[in-house]
Amino acid sequence: MALDFDLTEEQQMLRKMVRNFAEKEIAPVAQELDEKEEFSYHLTRRMGELGLFGPFVSEEYGGSNVGYLSYIIAVEEIARIDGSQAATLAAGNSLGISPIYYYGNEEQKQQWLPDLCTGKALASFGLTEPNAGSDAGASRTTAVLEGDYWVINGSKIFITNSTTDISKVCVVQAVTGKREDGRNELSCILVPNGTPGFITKTMHGKMVWRASNTGELYFQDCKVPKENLLGRRGDGFRQMLATLDGGRLSIAAMALGGAQGAFELALKYSKEREQFGRPIGSFQVNAFKLADMATEIELGRLILYKATWLCENHRPFSKESAMAKMFCSEMYHRVANHAVQLHGGYGLMKEYAVERHYRNQKLLDIGEGTSEVQRIVIARHIGVPGRAL
Amino acid sequence: MKIVVCVKQVPDTTDVKIDPKTNTLIREGVASICNPFDEYAIEEALRIKEKLGGEVHVITMGPPQAIEVLRNALAVGADKVYLISDKAFAGSDTLATAYALSKTIEYIGGADLVICGKQAIDGDTAQVGPGIATRLGIPQLTYVSKIREIDLEKKKIIVERLLEYGREVVEAPLPALITVVKDINEPRLPSLIGIKKAAKAQIPTLTAKDINADENRIGLKGSPTWVVKVFTPEARGGGGEILKGELNEVVPLLVTKLMETKFIK
Ligand SMILES: Cc1cc2nc3c(=O)[nH]c(=O)nc-3n(C[C@H](O)[C@H](O)[C@H](O)COP(=O)(O)OP(=O)(O)OC[C@H]3O[C@@H](n4cnc5c(N)ncnc54)[C@H](O)[C@@H]3O)c2cc1C
Repeated sequence: MALDFDLTEEQQMLRKMVRNFAEKEIAPVAQELDEKEEFSYHLTRRMGELGLFGPFVSEEYGGSNVGYLSYIIAVEEIARIDGSQAATLAAGNSLGISPIYYYGNEEQKQQWLPDLCTGKALASFGLTEPNAGSDAGASRTTAVLEGDYWVINGSKIFITNSTTDISKVCVVQAVTGKREDGRNELSCILVPNGTPGFITKTMHGKMVWRASNTGELYFQDCKVPKENLLGRRGDGFRQMLATLDGGRLSIAAMALGGAQGAFELALKYSKEREQFGRPIGSFQVNAFKLADMATEIELGRLILYKATWLCENHRPFSKESAMAKMFCSEMYHRVANHAVQLHGGYGLMKEYAVERHYRNQKLLDIGEGTSEVQRIVIARHIGVPGRAL
Repeated sequence: MKIVVCVKQVPDTTDVKIDPKTNTLIREGVASICNPFDEYAIEEALRIKEKLGGEVHVITMGPPQAIEVLRNALAVGADKVYLISDKAFAGSDTLATAYALSKTIEYIGGADLVICGKQAIDGDTAQVGPGIATRLGIPQLTYVSKIREIDLEKKKIIVERLLEYGREVVEAPLPALITVVKDINEPRLPSLIGIKKAAKAQIPTLTAKDINADENRIGLKGSPTWVVKVFTPEARGGGGEILKGELNEVVPLLVTKLMETKFIK
């Protein structure tokens, strides 16, 4: 049997557990945390206790090693209830834990992973800069080797999980020299929070993910030991691209789970709300919307699970993960839009969870590579002439 | 300390449909869950184990798919689980079920404490727990909302029972059986590591023969209960009167009415 859509017993139990957790522990507080822009240490710790940090990490470093699909299912189930908590989890895993796990040396893994996998600590991924967004290779942050230390100068922006009390380390992409072809040599360096010269500032006023932590980072002659280099010098850009390939799966999972949540709310409301003496879901125009939503969610799940399957089986998956990220986030956009429409005026009120879906969706078209950037990636994979830029 | 918890898989709804011909529950097409009260029973067993040491064994009698509730029990930390499953048990009523579960408990070497949920949400009889205690010849403490003390040396347990008119504190010698209500604790969720272990575990199935059950006391043969009809009673209409108004107006009115009906003189 070559094609198999069944989830394993383990994955089914995991989905049930995470769904239970999200409904019982996140749903009752999600709106208030969003309103207050409050990062929840409690929920982060709980996600850690349940083993949701480090699902793809081997047990010797405190992970549960249940595979990438299980991780994707967990993110999906959290996002079904709340985008902010899903962001904390997905960034913590895909952007925080994963580069250290895949590129760190034994010592670095021993030092950081156990705390990261229990949710006691968070790591962040410092790539984006004020002048290097989609063009992430254009980093201006520099790291100069002086004796036994890297001296880092520059700044980063929009860095998830970087400024909480439990944010312990940032993987910083910096220019460490010039390559032979004249382009910048980029490397990733582990910079522990609290290092002198590493200044953090929490960003406020987000429309999306308001209960997720986002920071601006400044490096002013910030000195870290030269052993803090992640992997090999000059490998930074490759590490970053590979990290984002995996990260895109988790963004797609957030979109898929969010769409599922918004759809369920809309379906329920369409059965309960009556106008002209009938449930609004019985009007064909609304029933068709719900049919479209259900179909698109199913399609999103297929491409995401396929991309994840490729990743788990160590096949190339960069094209499919870009497709999944792009399709699912744009699909969530359509689904959230319909879901609010079906709620009428109530859908615009904060009391209704669908309002949060409508806002949170937008980040997913932008973070970890905008939809346009995903199309560039896909276009290159399918062999269009030129570089699609 | 060895604790045995008896759990039941039930349909995932309080609004179960009844087969009009046989008057039994229609189970097809309905998702199954662990009887909610039994989750509190498992949780309490785990808490006792964490405090006093020992082992938690979880047993369920049901069709092969009831194994799911046992996997969940393993995932949260049960040490051993047993599925009691055999065509010979089909059609067992609460009498036969209590008999089969008591035989199973004997077969696995008895228990210092047996814990059940106060009732299953499908049949709602609350009979199986007490039935097991009777057959094992041990005291039963039903509707337990708190365990105050377990003294392993003096072999006794002190609990609080949640009753309609208040709480009752009862002491009993061990071994004993308790049935628990939802106030007793907050059941934990399994962790990913727990799930991973549970999903892989081999779960033993016990047949009627394995537990030395008398074939005349199980299944339809051992079930004298005839379900004549299962229904939700109509809400009683009329009756009652709610007095409205300020306190100083209603109180004298109430007193007059009570005197009229001769409740007070
Ligand atoms: C809440 C939040 C959390 C984030 N978390 C992190 C994090 O943890 N770590 C991190 O490193 N970054 C993070 N980011 C940054 C995010 O990845 C960037 O915002 C994103 O990559 C886009 O960069 P930009 O905002 O500079 O937009 P720009 O790159 O300036 O893009 C502006 C517009 O131009 C388009 N565009 C740009 N180049 C092209 C092109 N070649 N062809 C066609 N269109 C193009 C874009 O698609 C977009 O529509 C986060 C952002 C947010 C909002």
